[in-house]
Amino acid sequence: MAVVGRDGARTEVTHAVAPSPLALERAAYRRSRARRSTLVAVVSTLVFAAALVLLVTNSPGWPRVRATFFDPATAWESLPAVLAGLWLNVRVLVAAEIGILVLGLLLAVLRTLRGPVFFPVRALAIGYVDLFRGVPLIIALYLIGFGVPGLRLQGVPTDAAVLGTVTLILVYSAYVSEVFRAGIESVHPSQRMAARSLGLTHRQSMRLVILPQAVRRVLPPLLNDFVALQKDVGLISVLGAVDAVRAAQIQQANSFNFTPYVVAALLFVLLAVPTGRIADALSARAARRQGAV
Amino acid sequence: MSASALPDGAASKAPGPGGTTPVLEVRDLVKHYGGTTVLAGIDLVVAENQVVTLIGASGSGKSTLLRCVDLLEEVDDGRILLDGVDVSDPRADAAAAQRRMAIVFQGYNLFPHMTAAQNVALAPRVVHGVPAREADERGRELLERVGLETFAGSYPDRLSGGQQQRVAIARALAVRPRLLLLDEITSALDPELVGEVLKIVGELADGGMTILMATHEMGFAKQVSDTVCFLDGGRVLESGPPEQVLGDPVQERTRQFVARVVAERLS
Repeated sequence: MAVVGRDGARTEVTHAVAPSPLALERAAYRRSRARRSTLVAVVSTLVFAAALVLLVTNSPGWPRVRATFFDPATAWESLPAVLAGLWLNVRVLVAAEIGILVLGLLLAVLRTLRGPVFFPVRALAIGYVDLFRGVPLIIALYLIGFGVPGLRLQGVPTDAAVLGTVTLILVYSAYVSEVFRAGIESVHPSQRMAARSLGLTHRQSMRLVILPQAVRRVLPPLLNDFVALQKDVGLISVLGAVDAVRAAQIQQANSFNFTPYVVAALLFVLLAVPTGRIADALSARAARRQGAV
Repeated sequence: MSASALPDGAASKAPGPGGTTPVLEVRDLVKHYGGTTVLAGIDLVVAENQVVTLIGASGSGKSTLLRCVDLLEEVDDGRILLDGVDVSDPRADAAAAQRRMAIVFQGYNLFPHMTAAQNVALAPRVVHGVPAREADERGRELLERVGLETFAGSYPDRLSGGQQQRVAIARALAVRPRLLLLDEITSALDPELVGEVLKIVGELADGGMTILMATHEMGFAKQVSDTVCFLDGGRVLESGPPEQVLGDPVQERTRQFVARVVAERLS
């Protein structure tokens, strides 16, 4: 019940008295063990990496593979086109993520509505999640990307990037709504009870009490889904949108060299790294908070 | 389940001494959880400016009764009248009734993502339509009243249990309740923190607040209560002035319970 430090486990304690010889000797021992562990880790990593490099570079097909996938000149040549394509990926990513968060949150909240009146709404939300979580993304892309323009309806977009974005929103919002729902259900019922006892309506308690806590808790898994989306935006290339993957494919078709794909892959990885670090930091902060509550 | 749902004056216990206008009347209240009957026909009255205390063993239905009164649980039979209006009727405006009561829970149930001040000002702002500035001002006064003005900007996880419970009391008072419900508000606290919370409740009782509370603090119950009700097996087995129920109970069960609680306190 006492006040617990929010910043968690490692709080430096300043000793008023000098440590005893016993403590010093034990600290020295712990340090030597730690040094040893680090050394073992470094050596084993180097040995493993060297073995892997040797295995690959001494394989009979290595020169061909190097020339086909890792050609520096081709990489440099293809970089501007792939980068231009990546810009489309980034724009699709941002638009899709906004749509996914809004639709996902809406679906999650709809599923929490109680009472028989809302049965159709709940059933629709459940059906939606089942459908779009189950269907392979690439098939959803074909169905919407080629099927919708095929209907030749007035005013319906036919642009591959737009339809790809719509598909990503539909598929990913199904996943994200489940993440939000888990967050909503993780908030203890006593919070809802406290809100109700103060006279807040269902809507007010959802908006002011439940969702702020729920969203905070699910930030790490949300970011995880965001990283997954970062690379899945590359799939809109199957619809013909000239994104990084498609740009790489065009380069490859010219030169019969696969290096542009590797360039695209590296760019996608670079895009994902910061998000991954942010997710880690948020997870760590959430864990510390949980520990403190 | 559908025994006698009619308001039956004869079945009810007499109101406590000095009782004038009844704020809360509970008539033959029944509540089941699955197959178990938690409340088997409760009758009690809380009059204006009075403190009525519920005592009884764990599982005797004290918390359930308080939650039913606050309309947080649906009742299976019987009536709850707030200022003479049956608020347990499904056709009644439950939200309007809830706005006139406030409850403090055993586990504080503060909103962890809001500061102490935000916790206190929330309901006045969004439920009672008090302008933000005025709600903040009133919240500051209430935190001062519970001795926590310096913790206005602190989040609940930075406060001790006793401090959290005092914020919870301030939050309940912020809606200016006609009836204050206290559900074993010191049971989750370390013994040395109990005093600071009970002191505030004592001040509220002296100030004329109408209170229905459940507690295990017999000494405190004796001090502040006008009426003490002993709950056993989902019924009010005995009720009356504290000197009688706690000092010289009529029922053997009450005698045993009081003796055991007092013995535990002393051991």
